[in-house]
Amino acid sequence: MSSHHALTARRRQAYLFLAPSLIILLLVAAWPLARTFWFSFTDATLSLDNVSWVGLSNFKNVLQDGDWWTSVYNTLYFTLISVSLETVLGLGIALLLHKSFAGRSLLRTAVMVPWAIPTVVSAKMWSWMFHDLYGVINDLLMKVGFISAPIAWMADAQLSRMAIIFVDVWKTTPFMTLLLLAGLQSIPTQVYQSAAVDGASAFRTFWKITLPLLKPALVVAVIFRCLDALRIFDLVYVMTSNSRETSTMSVYARENMIDFQDLGYGSAVSVLIFGFIAIFTVVYVMGSRVNLVGGSSEKVSN
Amino acid sequence: MRKSLIERILTWIAIIAISVFSLFPFYWAVISSLKTPSGLFKIEYWPHSFEWQNYIGIFTEQPFGQNILNSIIVAGSTVILCLFVAVLAAYSLSRVEFKGRSALLLTILAVSMFPQVAVLSGMFELIRTFGLYNHWGGLTLSYMIFTLPFTIWLLTTFMRQLPRELEQAAIMDGASPWIILTKIFLPLMGPSLVTTGLLAFIAAWNEFLFALTFTLSSDARTVPVAIGLISGASSFENPWGRIMAASVIVTVPLVILVLIFQKNIVSGLTAGAVKE
Repeated sequence: MSSHHALTARRRQAYLFLAPSLIILLLVAAWPLARTFWFSFTDATLSLDNVSWVGLSNFKNVLQDGDWWTSVYNTLYFTLISVSLETVLGLGIALLLHKSFAGRSLLRTAVMVPWAIPTVVSAKMWSWMFHDLYGVINDLLMKVGFISAPIAWMADAQLSRMAIIFVDVWKTTPFMTLLLLAGLQSIPTQVYQSAAVDGASAFRTFWKITLPLLKPALVVAVIFRCLDALRIFDLVYVMTSNSRETSTMSVYARENMIDFQDLGYGSAVSVLIFGFIAIFTVVYVMGSRVNLVGGSSEKVSN
Repeated sequence: MRKSLIERILTWIAIIAISVFSLFPFYWAVISSLKTPSGLFKIEYWPHSFEWQNYIGIFTEQPFGQNILNSIIVAGSTVILCLFVAVLAAYSLSRVEFKGRSALLLTILAVSMFPQVAVLSGMFELIRTFGLYNHWGGLTLSYMIFTLPFTIWLLTTFMRQLPRELEQAAIMDGASPWIILTKIFLPLMGPSLVTTGLLAFIAAWNEFLFALTFTLSSDARTVPVAIGLISGASSFENPWGRIMAASVIVTVPLVILVLIFQKNIVSGLTAGAVKE
C-alpha cells in the first residue's frame, strides 16, 4: 500500500468524523438563520399559517419605529459602559492576582462565584437588593448618608440602565480577569527583570511593557465581551421586563416575534441585529489586526 | 521581591473589598431565603432565625422539582451529545491536514459568536416541525448552536497539544483513526473532557432565551425560566423569599462545581484565547 493511498484514506476518515458536527451545525445554525432571513420578507405570524411575501415593508416599519432606535441606543450605551468598566476592573484585579501573595487563591475563588451564578439568578438577587422599599442597597446608602430617602431604582430609565450595567459588571468582570490574567502569565519574567535593571518606574513598566504585551489578550477579551453585551437579553428581561425605555435589541426582537406574534417583523429585527453584529466584528477584527485563528480562541456564552 | 508594609496592607484591603463585593449578593440571598414573608420587610444584616418555609414552598406550590429535573436532563444530554460529536470533529481538525481546514475552523468560530436572537424564528419553526415544542428535546437540539462550536474549538486546542509521536507508530501499524482516537487519545484526554463538558454543562444550565421561548407549560420549564417567572402563592404575598430560596438551590451545586474544578474551568476559559 502506498503512503499516498494511506493519506487519502485518512482524509476520507477525517471527513467522516467531521460529518456529525457539520450536519448538526447546518441544522441548528445555517438553516434557522436562512429561514429567519426568509421570514423577514414575509408577513408570517407565530402560527406560521398563510405566509406571504411582503418585500421590504417589515424593514421599513422597523426603521421607522422609535422603540427600535431606543433599543439600539440602550444596547450601545450598555455595551460601551459595561465593557469599558469590566476591562478596567478586570485588568486591575488581574494585576493584583498576578503578584504572588497569600490571599491569591482566596480572591480567585471569590471572583469565580459571580461567574458561576446563572444570569437570571443574579438578576433576581440584585433586583431584590435594589428593591425600593426593602432593598439592602437603599438601606446601606442611607446609613452612610449618601441619600436621605429611598430611591426607586427600577422606576426611572436612567437609574435602571445604571443598575443593569452594575449587575453585568459584577457578573462578568471575573471572565475578563481570567483572560487577562492568563495574558499576564504568558509574559516572560525576564522582560520585567531587564526593566527593573534599567530602573524603570512601576507606572512606566506598565505602560511601556505590560500593556503592549498584553494587547493580544485584551483584544480577544474585549471582542468576546462586546459580542456578549450586544446580544444581551436575560438581565434586561428579568430586571426591567416590560419597560420600553430600557429594552435592548434582543428584547425588542423577541417581544415583537413572540409576545406580539409578529414573526415576520421580529425576523426583520433579527436580521438587522445579525448584520449589525457581523459588521461590528469584521471592522473590529480588521482594525485590531490580531490573528484570531492562529491563536485559536474559544468562546463560552453564559 | 520585598514589599513595604503599606503596600501589603493596601493589597489586603483590596482583596477583602473585592471578595465581599463578589460574595455579598449570594450571602444576602441565603439570609433572605431563610426569612418569613413579614421578616423580609425588616433589613437585618445577620440572620436571627431560620425559617425553611420558602424552601418547602417552592417545591409544593410549583413544579420546581420537575424544573430541576428538566434542567439536569437538558444540560446532561447537551453535554453527552456535544462531547461525542465534538471529539470526532476535533480529531480531524487537529490531526489531519485537508483543504479548507482553517476556513472551517473560522466558520465554526463565527457560529459561536452568533447572536442567538438572529436564529430565533427559524429555530422556532424547526422545533415545531420536529414536534419538540415544549419538550426538553427541543432545548437540547437548539443548545447545540452555542455549545457545539466552543466544544469543538476547545477539544481541537487540547488535542493539538498532544505529541505527534503518539500516533506515528500506530499509523505505521495501519491503525484506523477510530482506533487511534479511542485507544490512544481518549485515555489521555480525561481532564480536557471534564473541562469542556463542565463549561458546556454550565452554559446549558444557565441558558434563558431559548428555554423561555420554546417551552410553554410550567412543568416543561428549566430552572432559569422557572425562577425568572416565579410569583408568590397569591398576588398579595411577597414572592422574594421564594425566589431567593430557588436561587440558592440552583446556585449551590454550581458554586461547589466551580470550587472543585476551578483549575479546569480557568484552563478551559483561557485555553487558546491567549497565544501560548
